Amino acid sequence: MADLSPSLTANPNPEVWISPAAEHTIHVRTGKVELGQGALTALAQIVADGLRVRIERVRMIPASTDGSPNEGYTAGSLSIQHSGAALRAVAAAWHACLLDTASAAFGVTDSLVVEDGVVTHDGRTFTYWDLPADAQPEVGATSPVEYAVVGTSVGRLDIPGRVFGTRRYLQDMRLPDQLFGRVLRPPSRGARLLNVDDTRVRALPGVVTVVHDGDFVGLVADREDVAVRALELLAADCAWKREPSLPDQHDLAGYLRAAPAERAVLVDQGPESDAPPSVEVSFSRPYLAHASIGTACAIAEWHGGRLRVWSHSQGIYQLRAELARWFDIQPDQVVVTHVEGAGCYGHNGADDAAGDAALLAAAVPGRPVHVVWSRQDELGWAPFGPAMAVTVRVTVDDAGRPSHWTHEIWSNGHSGRPASAGSPPLLAAILQAGDTDPVPSTEPPLNRGGGSARNAVPGYRVPNVQVVTNRLATMPLRTSALRSLGAHLNVYAVEAVMDQLAVNADTDPVAYRLALLDDPRGRAVIEAVAEAANWGVGGQVPDTGRGIGYARYKNLGAYCAVVADVEVTSRVTVTRLTIAVDVGLTVNPDGVRNQIEGGAIQALSWTTTEQVRFDAHDVTSRTWEDYPIATFPDVPPIETVIVDRPDLPSLGAGETSLGPTAAAIGNAVRDALGATIHDLPLTAENLMRSL
Amino acid sequence: MFSLRVNGVQHQVECESATPLLYVLRNDLGLTAAKFGCGLGLCGSCNVLIDGRPAHSCDTPVWSVADKDITTLEGLGDETQPHPLQTAFIAEQALQCGYCTAGMIVTAAALLERRPDVTDAEVRTELAGNLCRCGVHNRVVRAVLSAAQCCPEMNTGR
Repeated sequence: MADLSPSLTANPNPEVWISPAAEHTIHVRTGKVELGQGALTALAQIVADGLRVRIERVRMIPASTDGSPNEGYTAGSLSIQHSGAALRAVAAAWHACLLDTASAAFGVTDSLVVEDGVVTHDGRTFTYWDLPADAQPEVGATSPVEYAVVGTSVGRLDIPGRVFGTRRYLQDMRLPDQLFGRVLRPPSRGARLLNVDDTRVRALPGVVTVVHDGDFVGLVADREDVAVRALELLAADCAWKREPSLPDQHDLAGYLRAAPAERAVLVDQGPESDAPPSVEVSFSRPYLAHASIGTACAIAEWHGGRLRVWSHSQGIYQLRAELARWFDIQPDQVVVTHVEGAGCYGHNGADDAAGDAALLAAAVPGRPVHVVWSRQDELGWAPFGPAMAVTVRVTVDDAGRPSHWTHEIWSNGHSGRPASAGSPPLLAAILQAGDTDPVPSTEPPLNRGGGSARNAVPGYRVPNVQVVTNRLATMPLRTSALRSLGAHLNVYAVEAVMDQLAVNADTDPVAYRLALLDDPRGRAVIEAVAEAANWGVGGQVPDTGRGIGYARYKNLGAYCAVVADVEVTSRVTVTRLTIAVDVGLTVNPDGVRNQIEGGAIQALSWTTTEQVRFDAHDVTSRTWEDYPIATFPDVPPIETVIVDRPDLPSLGAGETSLGPTAAAIGNAVRDALGATIHDLPLTAENLMRSL
Repeated sequence: MFSLRVNGVQHQVECESATPLLYVLRNDLGLTAAKFGCGLGLCGSCNVLIDGRPAHSCDTPVWSVADKDITTLEGLGDETQPHPLQTAFIAEQALQCGYCTAGMIVTAAALLERRPDVTDAEVRTELAGNLCRCGVHNRVVRAVLSAAQCCPEMNTGR
């Protein structure tokens, strides 16, 4: 079978995915999880069309390691590409199975049709729910489906429950006999626990136990408010040895470029230029926090050597493997069930919280322990999006077009997810082991989108390209995948250089890009955004600027172009964003808009405002006052144009707009000030440094 | 022992007097719409109405609200009798993860009560203390403005 989804290859049994269930419903199990991105509704739309049933019959079953297909992580904007393709094939198999069985039952060879799950012939009916238990749908080539629900803006199935406050998040989940756990993080990175005097805390009414194991300290109480209060007391009764271990935040790029690193040439296409570069520009971004509005959370319960965990992890099977490895038990002694948490934008503290809960619950067997992180720990101890430095060198030919392009990156790895090869342990395991120098994070391979090198290859016609990465060999702050990974700074850098080349060639930035772009889908989004934004119309107004950014996500996913309008005074204000996107077949247009616009707003916030702050000992940006994010007054009007391609496969939307938005804002600031801004975020301080 | 009036219903609660209202609502009364976000009154996800005014329940001690009217998202409306803002949030699909939604809706409900003819800029200023990370800000503003237009008389604190 050609073009089978990797998810289906790994989980070939169709009944794992889709099964007719009681009350004329259809149960759908996917390994992908709801992160707030609306993926489960889009997948339900695909199933409804494939089976020819109304979407109201489709029930998306929460992913759990005791029954759901293993689809790896819900990450990389791949849910619709992988799970969607698998469900489309399995739904087609059930549809064919129903028609075959109904034809046999009716003794006819006429072409029958399925309407809302029912086949009707001569007054007789046969339905999915009449199929015998041993019915065996055979997954094969899928015939084209007439879309009824796919392509329409079906309201998200989960939204009413959230708006009425009836849908339970993991943070809201309460099990019988549940206890509340809280963890005390060390007062600085690498601090070692010298002494705990837990007598005062143990004497508090409601405190069930105190756990200290290596440098891991936590407690369990019968009320949540008691656990929070007791933790403050416990903090005062712990003594630690602290050593400075963090680099100088004010010369982060200098640190990244000088630190010991593993150098790799990822792309080596054509010879490097002998001539000195026509353009050489360096860029940097700081560490970025996930900064979800809800903090990390988990529930764990031990029962006779078996571990049950409820988590908002992006990878329940990987978390299960990691927990089994840590506690030295078999994976089948661990069940991890996904329960929705707050918005997830990458590898945040969800897995670590599960580790915390598991370690605390081990002290109270038979009782579930519910752990919620404090805001300070969420902003201080969850993995960060890595700080990065980039240098781009370009040589141009006589016509001002790039002939040689070198893109070099210095960064910690962008993947510290559990149970991937050589990955760092869960935070609780690191603390338990007293490991002050954990294994540094790794990098996904470039053919799967890459990590720090994501979108480092310019998407334009350049004959000679080198991409070089320097992955840091030590990890002063834990780093892992944050939405779009390296694409945020790489697209910013590539597009800033493209603007400089356009200026040097005395050519309009849009015209310059189109002259160097062969891919018709890329050209179409640039043309669409230029038209929607009235590019090139009107003159320059003082203190304002306009810029464009473009990328094909991962160089193999969805296409996106953004035009930003900014006002630059003592700060950068984005006054308008215009976006064009091509995600292939659009399963849910409103869902795509929501993801694209949400990504653009998050990128606006990163690019103009955000930076993790730290001193020699610890992260100091631990509240919303020290780590501000974009608020309502900062968010400009956004117009999104979808270039629909109903005949082409769907491509993920969630991470597509971040790089192009950052680039468009940067280029708009260049337009306003006449200088490329090298360091993010675009604060007054960083603007002055580039002028 | 504290006596609390929440969504028009009187409750007796046994806890320390300094306990934040948020934990009482969520753990003792089972009203989990208001969420813990920061514990410092800086993000708005725990917002409830106290005598009709938005307040951070995460840093409101339970002793201070003993004789007040407390309204949570659950008290504004439900699936059978939705508040106009709830209807508008669904119509505009004005959320992604929805974790901040309860705080936004109760804050907007108080705003509409006070300013039925509210403008786009006023909604943004009023909601500046309600953080959202998914980036649904413009949808929320559209939902609030459409609720304002459809129903000039709101039913806050019913």
